[in-house]
Amino acid sequence: MKALRHAIILLFAVTSLHAQNDLLGELNKLDSNTTMPVQATFKSTRIINGHSVETVKKNHMDFRISHRFGRLNSGSYQLYGLDQATLRLGFEYGISDDLMIGVGRSTEQKAFDFFGKYRLIKQTTGARQIPLSVTLFGSAAIRTLRPVSEDEATRSFKNKLTYVYQALIARKFSERLSLQITPTYLYRNLPELAGDKRGLFSVGLGGRLKLSKRVSVNAEYFWAAHDKDANLPYHDSMAFGVDIDTGGHVFQLHFTNSLGMIEKQFIGETTGSWGKGDVHYGFNISRTFSFDKKSKRAQY
Amino acid sequence: MRHHIVLSVILLITLAGVSGTVFAQGGMFATAGGNTRFSSETPMENIYAENKKTQVLLNTGTAEIAIRMNMRDFVFPNKLMQEHFNENYIESDKYSTATFSGKLDQRIDFTKDGTYDASATGSFTVHGVSKNRTIKGKLKVEGGKMVISSDFEVTLVDHKIDVPQIVFVKIAQSIKVKVEYILSPYKK
Repeated sequence: MKALRHAIILLFAVTSLHAQNDLLGELNKLDSNTTMPVQATFKSTRIINGHSVETVKKNHMDFRISHRFGRLNSGSYQLYGLDQATLRLGFEYGISDDLMIGVGRSTEQKAFDFFGKYRLIKQTTGARQIPLSVTLFGSAAIRTLRPVSEDEATRSFKNKLTYVYQALIARKFSERLSLQITPTYLYRNLPELAGDKRGLFSVGLGGRLKLSKRVSVNAEYFWAAHDKDANLPYHDSMAFGVDIDTGGHVFQLHFTNSLGMIEKQFIGETTGSWGKGDVHYGFNISRTFSFDKKSKRAQY
Repeated sequence: MRHHIVLSVILLITLAGVSGTVFAQGGMFATAGGNTRFSSETPMENIYAENKKTQVLLNTGTAEIAIRMNMRDFVFPNKLMQEHFNENYIESDKYSTATFSGKLDQRIDFTKDGTYDASATGSFTVHGVSKNRTIKGKLKVEGGKMVISSDFEVTLVDHKIDVPQIVFVKIAQSIKVKVEYILSPYKK
């Protein structure tokens, strides 16, 4: 009879378990949200110098302070570059969750930049899977540096303008790994150097590898189709860095051969060479504020 | 021994039949738009989030209740917090849902309008960690609808949710949860 008793207990356990599972199983059918956009492909709107597919969310403002110091190979007299600092200040705002605008001011060439960025396609998981995210980026920059030569004094307003068009295409392959390819077209109404062309094609490659929940290593490379015959002093831009997310702030620390922090400068006018040690230490600090009315007390 | 096996099989069939009928006969009430809110309150700052897509199923025949919600459906006023909630704390890619599966502890006459103090005991799963819990609340029967409401707390360490020291944001060790589910008759 002992065995029978055990059998009964077991059966009760099995059937009650069975019923509960059914109820939860039935609930899955009620779930309307079976397709989810993939979030946080990158921690920030920049991989290092270049933009990432991420946008600032609706009614949020990202205040960015970016620094690049002088070249590491400038010797102890310049404290290995730390004596010189180049800055970009940026105010970047989310109009909707997918559309953002930004304005920035760079020390380099005393340039103002204005940009818009729109998240066209979002990578998703679940029932309807989209493998990639695509963000479109457009920017206009104007140099306001006072003329240093007679030649420059005659430069018209129009000839101080540069335009950038990018398609940012990224995929979050796993929790840890995200990669991005960035076809770019730069158009300078008047290039900085005489032998340079107005239009410049470039392809950027970037990625991040998360080391922990809050720390990732990033790398970025922009190949630029400079005219080989023109003998321009320009190199491709390459950068390596670390992102540290402290909740509210993202610190990005990096090494790059580019001094400029806007596309026109780092894609088109990078004169530093990694081979010669023309490397700049730099950092970006990003702080996001929410202007959502409901979140007044829930400020990060 | 053979006798026992035969008996067991008969019992199994009978029980399966009985539980099947109960399951089918009991009125099923459900919602896919239940409201689950939580708040983390510290002297430094308060954080709120709301999930308006909680799924609930109540079987009045067996008094069983199941609750399920996608962690990604929690909406924060601050989107950065929302991202951190999903990425760093709750790890919603790995642990996409929170669930409760259990049974009401009281016998309630679901056919009679009124408000009843009730509690449910069962398995509560958040962040992949299940705890056996009894959660108190109120159940209101009104014009063929069931309204379930409850206030309870979830302790972060119970569910292995880490809050590291370097984080500038202050997060309470115990999160207050408030739920309100309005269930209507459910047809499969």
